[in-house]
Amino acid sequence: MRGLFRDIYNNAFEFVRTFGSFQLFFLRLIRHSPRMVLRRPGLVIKQVYNTGALSLVIIMVCGFFVGGVLGLQGYANLARFNAEDSVGTVVALALIKELGPVITALLFAGRAGTALSSEIGLMKATDQLSAMEMMAVNPVRRVLVPRFLGGVISMPFLVAIFTCTGLFGAHVVSVDLLSVDVGAFWQQMQLSVDIDDIREGVIKSIVFGIVASLLAVWEGYNAVPTAEGVGRATTRTVVITAISVLILDFMITAVML
Amino acid sequence: MNDESDNLIEIHDLMYSRGTRVIFKDLNLTIKRGEITALMGPSGTGKTTLLRLITRQLIPQHGSIFVNGVDIASLNQRELYDVRKQFGMLFQNGALLTDINVFENVAFPLREHTKLSSRLIRHVVLTKLHAVGLRGAADMMPAELSGGMARRVALARAMVMDPEILIYDEPFVGLDPISMGVIVRLVRRMNDALGITSIIVSHDVAEVSTVADRSYLISDGKVAASGSPDELNAAKSELVRQFMHGMADGPVAFHFDAPNYAEQLLGRDSE
Repeated sequence: MRGLFRDIYNNAFEFVRTFGSFQLFFLRLIRHSPRMVLRRPGLVIKQVYNTGALSLVIIMVCGFFVGGVLGLQGYANLARFNAEDSVGTVVALALIKELGPVITALLFAGRAGTALSSEIGLMKATDQLSAMEMMAVNPVRRVLVPRFLGGVISMPFLVAIFTCTGLFGAHVVSVDLLSVDVGAFWQQMQLSVDIDDIREGVIKSIVFGIVASLLAVWEGYNAVPTAEGVGRATTRTVVITAISVLILDFMITAVML
Repeated sequence: MNDESDNLIEIHDLMYSRGTRVIFKDLNLTIKRGEITALMGPSGTGKTTLLRLITRQLIPQHGSIFVNGVDIASLNQRELYDVRKQFGMLFQNGALLTDINVFENVAFPLREHTKLSSRLIRHVVLTKLHAVGLRGAADMMPAELSGGMARRVALARAMVMDPEILIYDEPFVGLDPISMGVIVRLVRRMNDALGITSIIVSHDVAEVSTVADRSYLISDGKVAASGSPDELNAAKSELVRQFMHGMADGPVAFHFDAPNYAEQLLGRDSE
């Protein structure tokens, strides 16, 4: 029984310690960010390319088919009530408020997040970060901050692109294939979607961008410097990001409703 | 110059342990300015750990390390980085940045710490690469280099800022005899011509003996012996003789602690 309490105490202590370190790590990234943007924009732009531009294909393909399936399901169910003209509204609200930010964040974790954490973990395992320290170059500022900022900047754009290709996919399926009236599709959407809905999507995309990028660089930086350690850090990045994004999505939705 | 200012690095009563394993206990060591000092010892004695302690990549539990008279444990990050600018370090595996080419790797410290023109950076980098015989590999990526080449590029990078102290962690591993000879001469030449202080961690007794002014043999967390290579070669101590002459029998066991061989083979301990 005493052993059980000791285990609980140790785990709780470790959790609080890790959470505190995580917050300090976040503050360090924030502290170095303005200088990095102003003095070394090239490094940030390179990471926007690595995390954002290189994720475009997966984001657009997934966006198109998510929009397509929403159009299909929306049409099939709304047609029962002769309300198939509202399919544009359903798809747009679903994509802008929920699916766009959430699915993009999950895809980002799988594509860019894993790439970030494994790259940083391998740099640590091969002493590259130690070498920077020895060259009096702060690896947090030189390596982590540009990657963090690259993810944060990319995410809102990726969400916007995901949402637009989703709407295009829904349009192809419901208007071009299922013969929903094109005027009704767009007009219903315009009447139902207002700026608050878009604001909710934008806020979520910014929050998810920060969380997904932060977790990726954190996991990479704290990876055990072995092949197995880097692999575990990469897996943890996806799992923890997915859980965090879904919990935060619920919380933000609850607050903004 | 008095004795105090002759000492570039002083280590007093150093204690460092990892978990329950004590790596150093009451270690005292002095590295003289302008000399090539070798740190030698059997595998697992913590020679690389000692380098990391000297450069404050690790912090000792007890004792103090002075670099140029400054206790490095007392420095904040900015002061520490100022001290580290006096160091050049060659890592065991080279530790080149894998996303940039050889030229950019060597130019990295210059781009981070100076405002030199691209033209001047090009001159300096090519000069250093020429010194290690790899000017022709300037455009290659680190993944395209052999282990020995990577270490030579790392050496060029370590000396590109003309540091006061050059630290070599196993510099001779993986080098062919020609490269090794060139590197040994380069280490000696740089030390004498530029007044650098060099610290070499190596197992390679023969090569170290040709280049080092003073050697420390570390064993069981302490300095077991010190002196010039000739003095160590002539030492009577069994441990020193075993290490310097590569003998299988002696106080340093070849085998790590293990259960009885016959019993383990028969599987009795696992049942």
